[in-house]
Amino acid sequence: MSMKKLYWPLWIVITLIIGGFYAFTLFKQEDKSSLLIGDATYGHYQIEMACSTCHTDAFGGKESLQTACVNCHKQELDEAHDSHPRKKFTDPRNANMLETLDARYCISCHSEHQKEQTHAMGLTLPQDYCFHCHKDIGKNRPSHKGLAFDSCASSGCHNYHDNRALYESFLLENAGGVWLKDIARIGHASKAHADVSKPAATEADANKAEFHPDITAQWLASSHAEAGVNCSGCHSSSNQSWIEKPGINECQKCHNQEADGFRQGKHGMRLAQALPAISPMESRLPFQPDRLQQQHSCTACHNAHDFNTQQAATTACLGCHADEHSRAFPGSPHGQLQQQASNGKIPLEESVSCATCHMPRLKQHYQGQQVMRVEHNQNWNLRPNEKMIRSVCIQCHNLAFSIDALADPVLLKNNFTGKPASHVPSIDWAQERDKQHESHQSH
Amino acid sequence: MRKTTKSTLITTMLISTFAGLSACKSEPESKGIDPKLYTDSLFAVMKADRTNYTKLVVKRLGPAGAGVIRPDEHWMELENGTPLPAQMFRAGAEAVADMTDTFTYSLQSIWPINPQNAPKTELEKEGLTFIAENPGENFYGKEKLGDVTYFTAVYPDVAVSDACSGCHNAHKDSPKTDFKLGEVMGGVVIRVPI
Repeated sequence: MSMKKLYWPLWIVITLIIGGFYAFTLFKQEDKSSLLIGDATYGHYQIEMACSTCHTDAFGGKESLQTACVNCHKQELDEAHDSHPRKKFTDPRNANMLETLDARYCISCHSEHQKEQTHAMGLTLPQDYCFHCHKDIGKNRPSHKGLAFDSCASSGCHNYHDNRALYESFLLENAGGVWLKDIARIGHASKAHADVSKPAATEADANKAEFHPDITAQWLASSHAEAGVNCSGCHSSSNQSWIEKPGINECQKCHNQEADGFRQGKHGMRLAQALPAISPMESRLPFQPDRLQQQHSCTACHNAHDFNTQQAATTACLGCHADEHSRAFPGSPHGQLQQQASNGKIPLEESVSCATCHMPRLKQHYQGQQVMRVEHNQNWNLRPNEKMIRSVCIQCHNLAFSIDALADPVLLKNNFTGKPASHVPSIDWAQERDKQHESHQSH
Repeated sequence: MRKTTKSTLITTMLISTFAGLSACKSEPESKGIDPKLYTDSLFAVMKADRTNYTKLVVKRLGPAGAGVIRPDEHWMELENGTPLPAQMFRAGAEAVADMTDTFTYSLQSIWPINPQNAPKTELEKEGLTFIAENPGENFYGKEKLGDVTYFTAVYPDVAVSDACSGCHNAHKDSPKTDFKLGEVMGGVVIRVPI
């Protein structure tokens, strides 16, 4: 038999082998990583193995992907008072704009599995996306004439979605002031449960306490003891059987909002997709080498039994995170305040921890009273970083300093050690325009 | 015999088919609602809702009434903030866009505070100019956007209170600062695919 006659059977066999491999992977195998068409972005790689989270329908196309985006991100876009919501672009009068940029679909700007061409904010477009629709801005805003076509969203002045701390009236209302105000006293933990009737310790609780004196000592110093939450409060299931290592589901019985936030952030988003919790080894950031195997959970930061929130607010973070920003914290002005509080030189409420900025305490109305809760989604105010201005920065700093500091890449790396090297003129321009308007009105 | 039966059967089928087709043809065609009547009706609902919001909510509970709510351009920033009537109208248009694409509407002006609310299509420009120059009259036309032809109606939006004209005249982004009570400030554009 000549070689040529062998080609066809060989081709069929190879095709069947390849087809069979992918069919087996698709329908049977748990690990589907061989189906990935490219690395996912830094916001999604944690859940890239939960394919159906985004690919809800094999033949749904753009619409089904859009639904998947909205399923996870709608709430934060609503909270951000999204400046470019889809509904603004569905009107047929905007058909010509859609030819330039189809703003009805998230994936027009945020393509997935194209890590090599993904910029900050998960953007996969060239950075002149504002220019095409707003190129005439100089007509209404003489201050904007001649600005670089890619500088709108990269200068600290504008964002595509979230402009809550950057819109003109806000700039004017918060213009002026000294760069460092009186130090804000960050709120205490909620006392919402202080008057809740405390359950009596059961005999089982007493027995456990007797056999674990060290654990009991830790627990006695905790807020759980103060709130009357005994061993069985965390360690028993609904059918009263003993749970050796309670997880987020047990914590959630009382800390529902915190658990929800945790699942929305990078630390817990895998749990929301029924995947095993992430560990530093699976993350793309630099981490401490001895913590690479540490899987994330509530107790990974809070420690079982003592639940020391001070420890969770900085020590736990720096125990794992080893990037430049994290490593610079202890020597930074914020880190020094933390040190002074630890030494008892200043009240704890006047110190700044990692959590002060990344998991801030938020005042909230809950069951008719104002309570303080901790946002456990570390990404809630992180990207773009101007999200942090209203929730955190302007409690202690004025708006101008906050905008400048967050736009300075050196300060971001050295954890705000020093003053901003350059000034974002947005407030000055807003004030100048306001002055001109007032002068025009008075004539 | 078999041949006769077959011929009879075929003839019967042909006659039935012809009769059926004739019956279909003779049925009156379904015309649907006249686009002008449709947009006029939609506008009536929009105008009624807007007037009611202004009178029954903003005027009654706002600074001119009980003072418990504050109509403000940046109403979301205020605990007791409420949208201005024009913003409420736009919110309605956006909510409708979330529900259906059988029609769209928008509030536009040739003197817009936000340039994005200026007319964009030639018909919008023509319509908004027409209603400004012919107070009390509406404008109707057809236009093709993308691959779709639309029936487009433009209805005048009049300054019904000093609050409307005063706010626009004082706003730093308003290109016109001498609006008077009763004047046309812009128009409601309703668009229906046909």
